Amino acid sequence: MPPQYIPVLIFAVLAAAFPAVTLLIFALIRPSTGAIGAKLKPYECGIAPEGDARGRYSVRFYIVAILFVIFDVETVFLFPWAVDYRLLGIYGLISMFVFLGILIVGYVWLYRKGALEWV
Amino acid sequence: MTNEILFYFFAGLAVLGGVLVVTMRNAVHSAVFLITTLLATAGLYLTLNAEFLFVVQIILYVGGIMVLFVFVIMLVNLDVALHQVQFNRQTWVAGLLSFALLAELLAAVALARSYGEENWLFAAPHVPTVTAEGNTEQIGRLLFQNYVIPFEIASILLLVALVGAVVMGKKRI
Repeated sequence: MPPQYIPVLIFAVLAAAFPAVTLLIFALIRPSTGAIGAKLKPYECGIAPEGDARGRYSVRFYIVAILFVIFDVETVFLFPWAVDYRLLGIYGLISMFVFLGILIVGYVWLYRKGALEWV
Repeated sequence: MTNEILFYFFAGLAVLGGVLVVTMRNAVHSAVFLITTLLATAGLYLTLNAEFLFVVQIILYVGGIMVLFVFVIMLVNLDVALHQVQFNRQTWVAGLLSFALLAELLAAVALARSYGEENWLFAAPHVPTVTAEGNTEQIGRLLFQNYVIPFEIASILLLVALVGAVVMGKKRI
């Protein structure tokens, strides 16, 4: 592992430890009597939930998800470009603008087709 | 030494996550453990000094592919799957075959070790040395100086995927 990633490792260990320690401490200090009935209902927190949260979603969300993945792949190309930006200079800037230009054609097309409209 | 500890930690985490993905009843829980496995694999890439692959693994697999997985889980009706039998009756046959495969692999590794460390198939992976110029810088230089045309063509591939997604997802174009 490259030595400059040691802070990332420490951060990951802390991020994993934080919820574990929190859950452990709260398991120790909370009262253990089993709550029943109305005690489990949300108090003054809006309408009581109805049904299951795992219901089926509209297919329209799927278009948004796929478009997100496509622009995510675009980010992967942007990342080494941003790292090497100074080294590549104006030549890298132009080639990235051509790359983005082709994708923006697609974005304008889907925007005008109304693919992101909600009805 | 530290690298070995990290390798075994991430490898163990990946295998543990993979086992939990298959055994969890709830598909959403499976997806969460798949994220664990993918992150552990990203850690393995980092122990091999492949920083770019590490970042791509997190951006694309943990970010993008998992979004698709979770959306598929949300789109299908899971209540049916919850009431079905999760494992079939061939557990013993499958377990026996798996152990036979494991024994075979262990025997192959042991045999290769007896021929010496330099054996090409089972030698320890060659870890590239860390250069002053990082892995990502090298890939960026190569991509934008030697392979500009394939890079621009990749954007056309993405454009095709974008148009295809909209055409298939929309009722009326």
